[in-house]
Amino acid sequence: MTIELLQNYWWLIISLLGALLVFLLFVQGGQSMLIGVKNADQRSLMINSLGRKWELTFTTLVTFGGAFFASFPLFYSTSFGGAYWLWMLILFSFVIQAISYEYRSKKGNVYGTKFYDTLLCINGVLGPVLLGVAVGSMFFGNEFCVTKAKILDVEASTISTWGPKHGLEAIMCWKNLVFGVMVLLLARTLASLYFINNINDEGLQKAQNKLLIINGGAFVVLFLITIVLILTSNGVDTTDDAVQWIEYKYLHNFIDMWWCLIVLLAGTALVLWGIGKTLKTQAKWNKGIWPAGIGVVLVVLSLFWVLGFNNTAFYPSLLDANSSLTIRNSSSSLFTLKVMSAVSLLVPFVLAYIAYVWRAMDSTKISLKEIRD
Amino acid sequence: MEELTTVVDWSRAQFALTAIYHWLFVPLTLGLGIIIAIMETIFYRNRDEKWLATTKFWMTLFGVNFAIGVATGIILEFEFGTNWSNYSWFVGDIFGAPLAVEGILAFFMESTFIAVMFFGWNRVSPKFHLTATWLTAIGASLSALWILVANAWMQHPVGCTFNPETMRNEMTSFWAVVSSPMAVNKVFHTVVSAWTLGGVFVVGVSGWMLLRKRNIDHCYRSLKVGAWVGFVGIVLTAISGDTSAVAVAKHQPMKLAAMEGLYDGQNGQEIVAFGILNPAKTVSNNEDPYLMKVAIPYGLSILANHDPQSFVPGINDIISGKAKDRDGNEINSVPYTERMDRGKLAKEAISDHNIAVKKDDRLAVAEADKVLEENFKYFGYGYLNTPEEAVPNVPLTFYTFHLMVSIGGYLAVFLFVALVFAYKRQWLEKAKWAKWWHLLAIVTIPLTYLCSACGWIVAEVGRQPWTIQDLMPNKVAISDLSAGYVQVTFWVFAVIFTALLIADVSIIMKQISKQSKQNLNTAKH
Repeated sequence: MTIELLQNYWWLIISLLGALLVFLLFVQGGQSMLIGVKNADQRSLMINSLGRKWELTFTTLVTFGGAFFASFPLFYSTSFGGAYWLWMLILFSFVIQAISYEYRSKKGNVYGTKFYDTLLCINGVLGPVLLGVAVGSMFFGNEFCVTKAKILDVEASTISTWGPKHGLEAIMCWKNLVFGVMVLLLARTLASLYFINNINDEGLQKAQNKLLIINGGAFVVLFLITIVLILTSNGVDTTDDAVQWIEYKYLHNFIDMWWCLIVLLAGTALVLWGIGKTLKTQAKWNKGIWPAGIGVVLVVLSLFWVLGFNNTAFYPSLLDANSSLTIRNSSSSLFTLKVMSAVSLLVPFVLAYIAYVWRAMDSTKISLKEIRD
Repeated sequence: MEELTTVVDWSRAQFALTAIYHWLFVPLTLGLGIIIAIMETIFYRNRDEKWLATTKFWMTLFGVNFAIGVATGIILEFEFGTNWSNYSWFVGDIFGAPLAVEGILAFFMESTFIAVMFFGWNRVSPKFHLTATWLTAIGASLSALWILVANAWMQHPVGCTFNPETMRNEMTSFWAVVSSPMAVNKVFHTVVSAWTLGGVFVVGVSGWMLLRKRNIDHCYRSLKVGAWVGFVGIVLTAISGDTSAVAVAKHQPMKLAAMEGLYDGQNGQEIVAFGILNPAKTVSNNEDPYLMKVAIPYGLSILANHDPQSFVPGINDIISGKAKDRDGNEINSVPYTERMDRGKLAKEAISDHNIAVKKDDRLAVAEADKVLEENFKYFGYGYLNTPEEAVPNVPLTFYTFHLMVSIGGYLAVFLFVALVFAYKRQWLEKAKWAKWWHLLAIVTIPLTYLCSACGWIVAEVGRQPWTIQDLMPNKVAISDLSAGYVQVTFWVFAVIFTALLIADVSIIMKQISKQSKQNLNTAKH
């Protein structure tokens, strides 16, 4: 096994974890809707439904971070320490989520149920937007330099240096923000499809159907804008070790890797079909979350592939193209990748038991009767 | 340089803050997880709904505590990158692997089955539910396993080699990383100490309910499981503590010396059972290290080497390179001044290697590699300005170590007595002093938390200034941030964690109070 093969394999794993994370952001999408729900029963149903899934999203985020650390540690070192404010804000938004489900309805929770519901809403909005900004900046570039030899310098030994804004500039970049808002709208769209599938309540299903029209429509528009932005963006190419910015890098990648384009189109079609059929049947057909979910996974996979494969820097530097991170220059060693690849063989087993438990737990839809009991 | 020190200090403070808060919740999750699983197993076997009620009682408290442990845990993982970016690169090839394994194997197991544990009573079969409860408990312990392996590697880096071209350590043996004595001891010691805390928590809360004469049968049911788990936990903690001391003596002699406030060691070294350190004592003066002490002859030699006549080096011995093992062989015989020189040689060799590679000068590459190999062991010392920089905070390490051992000894006695009372409840019920025992049980809960925190302080403060023992001092491990940025996030974390802790404690107390008034001899299926 060559290191190149294992680097590709681990980029696939990272892509898969990223794709699953984006799908599971339906939890955040659902949370972002909570403040607008006036009907207490419906709100209770939604929170109960999301409360059984939030940990999967959370764990996927943690594993995504851990896997990135293990397989491409230079990214972990450069991005997290550099885009400090961006990652810290993401962390804050997820910390406040973790306790809210458990604490919100418990006696003695000190700050009251509304406080925790507000925290859930904050996470619901900030989480997807900021994660979208972080991924967007992988396409549109960041302001950093990497000089590994600096580690020998006693006075200034940090190998990765950033501009003084430390991630705030990424949040303020309009392209990144478009990406982030698009992810939020996707999360809300998926949330509606999930609620329709998971909750047995006619009133709620009607309300979600209405929201699906608004969020789904806005998502489709922003998704198209985002795709145009990506296709027209410059990217860092590293063919033959000549590191340089080239125009329409990601468009070239889609052309060179035509299979990525097919996956992107197939994913998009599945998402549109999931949304469209649900709307057409007035939410009577409640399985839209599955084609849409699979579609989202496919779209995100294809985007990660054009980001990392075909001699492309997946973390381009706006200050110094040579500092840009690729799956070749930022990865772990051959030995470590081999060890982790052996462990990764357990991933299908993990996915299988998650699917089994999901099925066992969701075989009966959540209803008001169950909650009241 | 002034600012750099401040960034290091604030980054350390932030990590310590997060770790301490995290460790307030994790041991209870680990300990209570096992206890709940045992209780549910008893219910599954005898289908006595009293045991179901008891299981659900503790499960509610487990849930409240679990959430906040998850919240603080995610910050710890990401702080490796946000605040310690150089470290992330320097050891990411080794450290990242256990972290990824943790995510794939442990976190998903925990997060998937905990949903079944709480919401699955009427949705899955009793057998499936019991399996889910055990898998949640096992998943929690597995999470601890991998992060502790990673931490142990930082205390005793093994199974790796430095690659001068990538400027980082690279793993050569995953097995060496996982099975190093430091890792085995750390995992075992930490996990079983969490059982102790879980056991004490159950005994203490049961004591509070007995004091109020609420659900007495439930309390004695809980006592049986809690006291057993706690007692087994403290016995195993003591055993693994002993083997940990041997590993520390071998691989981190400076930490052991600081734990004992020992500056000048000798053969047949006594151990200080109780003592007050002389604040005027420093490495460079001849003051007596102790203002007063009560010592046990040969104690430290036995603890460190299992040999009453063996030599245990003190701080001055280690700095000056004077130390012998149990057989009288010279070990740690390289003085710190020489280590600093050799560390600088290693750094120069890395530069030379890369220059030679660019020139394609194979002979020069081989020469540089030889120098690097001979001196890399002391790489981190090349960043130090004085040998004294490599001495940890002695008073903090000394007092926390002695507090930990003292409380640990008390816990062994306390849990043994609790176990006796669990089976001889009539003795306690007839005793006039029973309420004092119950009060003692309540007070023992915070004492156990203190003991647990002291253990971590000994482990982490005792190895300073190293992020990675002998290879990377803290000041080299940090991110390129201003002190002000880290200060802001430190205070934000401090406020959030404190607010969450207040809510957590308040909810747990309300839950205990509310549930204790219900009939815990019957449960809804």
